[in-house]
Amino acid sequence: MANVLQTSFLPSTSSLRRRSISGSKGKSQSLQVKAKIREIFMPALSSTMTEGKIVSWMKSEGDKLSKGESVVVVESDKADMDVESFHEGFLAAIMVEEGGVAPVGSAIALLAETEDEIAEAKAKSQSSSNSTPQVVEEKPKQIEEAAPDVPAAAAAPSVPVAKAVTLGSAVHPASEGGKRIVASPYAKKLAKELKVDLGTVVGSGPLGRIVAKDVEAAAVAVPVAASPAKPDPVAPGIELGTVVPFTTMQGAVSRNMVESLSVPTFRVGYTITTNALDALYKKIKSKGVTMTALLAKATALALVQHPVVNSCCRDGNSFTYNSSINIAVAVAIDGGLITPVLQDADKVDIYTLSRKWKELVDKARAKQLQPHEYNTGTFTLSNLGMFGVDRFDAILPPGTGAIMAVGASQPSVVASMDGRIGMKNQMQVNVTADHRVIYGADLAAFLQTLAKIVEDPKDLTF
Amino acid sequence: MHSICFQATGVPGSNYIFDSCSPALAISKPINLRFCGLRKEAFGFSGLTHSSSGRVHFSSRGHSKKVSASAESNGSPPKSFDYDLIIIGAGVGGHGAALHAVEKGLKTAIIEGDVVGGTCVNRGCVPSKALLAVSGKMRELQSEHHMKALGLQVSAAGYDRQGVADHANNLASKIRSNLTNSMKALGVDILTGVGTIVGPQKVKYGKVGFPDNIVTAKNIIIATGSVPFVPKGIEVDGKTVITSDHALKLESVPDWIAIVGSGYIGLEFSDVYTALGSEVTFIEALDQLMPGFDPEIGKLAQRVLINPRKIDYHTGVFATKITPAKDGKPVIIELIDAKTKEPKDTLEVDAALIATGRAPFTNGLGLENVNVVTQRGFVPVDERLRVIDTNSNLVPHLYCIGDANGKMMLAHAASAQGISVVEQVTGRDHVLNHLSIPAACFTHPEISMVGLTEPQAREKAQKEGFEVGVAKTSFKANTKALAENEGEGLAKLIYRPDNGEILGVHIFGLHAADLIHEASNAIALGTRIQDIKFAVHAHPTLSEVLDELFKSATVKAAASSHGPVSEPVAV
Repeated sequence: MANVLQTSFLPSTSSLRRRSISGSKGKSQSLQVKAKIREIFMPALSSTMTEGKIVSWMKSEGDKLSKGESVVVVESDKADMDVESFHEGFLAAIMVEEGGVAPVGSAIALLAETEDEIAEAKAKSQSSSNSTPQVVEEKPKQIEEAAPDVPAAAAAPSVPVAKAVTLGSAVHPASEGGKRIVASPYAKKLAKELKVDLGTVVGSGPLGRIVAKDVEAAAVAVPVAASPAKPDPVAPGIELGTVVPFTTMQGAVSRNMVESLSVPTFRVGYTITTNALDALYKKIKSKGVTMTALLAKATALALVQHPVVNSCCRDGNSFTYNSSINIAVAVAIDGGLITPVLQDADKVDIYTLSRKWKELVDKARAKQLQPHEYNTGTFTLSNLGMFGVDRFDAILPPGTGAIMAVGASQPSVVASMDGRIGMKNQMQVNVTADHRVIYGADLAAFLQTLAKIVEDPKDLTF
Repeated sequence: MHSICFQATGVPGSNYIFDSCSPALAISKPINLRFCGLRKEAFGFSGLTHSSSGRVHFSSRGHSKKVSASAESNGSPPKSFDYDLIIIGAGVGGHGAALHAVEKGLKTAIIEGDVVGGTCVNRGCVPSKALLAVSGKMRELQSEHHMKALGLQVSAAGYDRQGVADHANNLASKIRSNLTNSMKALGVDILTGVGTIVGPQKVKYGKVGFPDNIVTAKNIIIATGSVPFVPKGIEVDGKTVITSDHALKLESVPDWIAIVGSGYIGLEFSDVYTALGSEVTFIEALDQLMPGFDPEIGKLAQRVLINPRKIDYHTGVFATKITPAKDGKPVIIELIDAKTKEPKDTLEVDAALIATGRAPFTNGLGLENVNVVTQRGFVPVDERLRVIDTNSNLVPHLYCIGDANGKMMLAHAASAQGISVVEQVTGRDHVLNHLSIPAACFTHPEISMVGLTEPQAREKAQKEGFEVGVAKTSFKANTKALAENEGEGLAKLIYRPDNGEILGVHIFGLHAADLIHEASNAIALGTRIQDIKFAVHAHPTLSEVLDELFKSATVKAAASSHGPVSEPVAV
């Protein structure tokens, strides 16, 4: 388990795991032949489906099934679907009860060919009942897989997601003073998907109607709008004086944090002047460029010159030099964290990178990130600057070489070399690295390069 | 779909009265319930001629030689006739009848007050297929993961609205001229003007303000078709509140359009509009969307055609009032609960499409001259399509086909009825088996069906004491469907295990509309499952879905092979 989680940054391992679970028969709705007792697998009902919920079993244990008969109703990320049996036989054992969730490709029931084999199948399901829940755990939601990769989890503030959006309600002629919400069909669908309260969204469509992009904007605005200035004394939904067990995601984070203790890390900090970067940001902000994309870009360009900082140590005996520079950026989401990855951040131009970032954030909130979009990072950025944090340090995600914690850029009084005192915007960055492969001098050189790039950011826009 | 009948009978005077079946048919036989559903939303726009501007048209040809006929009294039939057969209405039904009549050696004329081709060609099936072809391609191009799965890369697909509209219009013109030419070439006289029955075997036609021409014929077929039905309270302005007639011109693609009615017409337009970027809100009077379909097919169709698209819906509500957009205000739709009649909601949208079914176009036909009274506009007919008068007697030599009789409002049904009538007047008794007429909805993927739905079959089975079998196959197992990456789909067979009779087939999936004919032909010819399952299908083709379907049915061993199950049943 821990093994799987710790390596979830590594595409190779994760794809191996994937293969082993979905079995050699890749066909959806397949029943794998195992003697005369077949397993009924959770089918992939859509290309984006990673797990399915059992809405109801249409047959009970012991019922005879004919080929093509509907056995179970499965709720995927898109719809409820009847799943048919592709073989004849008897439904011997139900392994995932109604309301239960199982990853695509995992067994949800056993099908016996004859009535006599039902008992055998039942026994089998019991013996494998230890493994079954594990299967479920091993392939949790994409978000749950990715979360433990982010050591900064500890530092992430709990952000009340749904409520913090724009205040005020849609003003629309038909809204009867805000009592009714006028939103287009797609906007309503999106709001449900992204868990955005339409009552808090201001419509920009005809006559103030809420349209899809308003909902998307509201969903993205959530973390930004959450102001550190007025923190909730108690996060909503938390009952004091109680003990709440970890969710799967939080459990994974916990294990991963402990796992990280086996890596000898050290930290190097640097103060970077950001006046030029701020000016550039101001200039191209209107073109949709975000600060996150700028920082990722700058980091990637610095990594080009210091490939060792982009490397990692997988076996304790060697350097693994990654072929691409993929910047993972930690994002707080409801109840946890995810690290969408900006792939080839050194090669992609800043505008594309910004668009890509927005797309990834949207997907992350809709829980639609594909594995390669969150587990292929080679270097991680964690930025708490927007909350006014001026410095912090991050825990290295197992499987990577380094992570950089970025604080807020703040006006500071600075004495310059020529003996003058001036005001400059400065931010502090703090890199945590695996000392087995990355040494102090490596980080120092890398940070120096990064500072140069940030202080003269013309290369960021090509 | 029985609930559609309910709509008419249970809610008398409601807006949707025309949705219902003609009472002569609806109540007597449960089997007809099915067609009530079809009729309601007959995508087919199968009607024939009509002109919304009135039944007026210029006569291009004089027929003065026929004036002699008018000298005779209107009350008695003429001794000699100008034609063997006159068809009023040159839609698909009239056209089919005319072609078959010529083949049978009849001297035939067809009267048309508007344009040849009727609803189907000009304002229905034909232009809508052009729009749906566009929407299908747009859908493919926009489906990134679908393209990726095929290894294709397409950058942002876009469209030119006028170009799409032109495609639809050009297709209609082309088919119209094909139709006209085919009749001219065969020697069918096309008489231009509004046809009115003035007495037995006698029709006048012509344009207001000019002397009418009167012609006589041994037999007359009414094939005047239907027009979009607009419930009262709804103001159609042709711009923001529209019917299918306007929508097919595609003069605009609104951001948000409400579609009143979720049958064939509504569904097809939702497919077009969402592919072109609109968001759609369905307004359905019944509790369920897509009421006309087999419930299982409807459920699956909703999951594929409605839920993942930019569509929401209100069911169990009537749109009592729809006001077009004006003075900067949007289209306003007032909804009431279909049962309690309490105001339920108000919608503000950019446009509204009224797809609540079609009403027969029979006003001014002169039916009173032969003592016939229409029933909510429909011309009453018997199973041989002979017109019935107020005394329940048959009117000699007068037939009615197509949407105007309301039996099954589909273009090809009208044509089949026309052929059936020609068979009868040329001396061969013929009763059309409506249960063998397929229907299709050209969404992506398509829906098609023939015969009974499962609930109808079970009802019939209970009454007549036989067992019902249901077999299903999925498109997911079909090689060709998977090659196209279109494995979503289901084919369903409803049959009698005791003798292998096919009661109904329903298909939802890629090219379903083309696949249904193997089943409809089997029903029409009385072919049983135990025989058809030996028919060979080319591999790999989508037709193997039906092959597998027939093979998966279990017919009792006792059922004998060969020979039709029974004589086709008339409805």
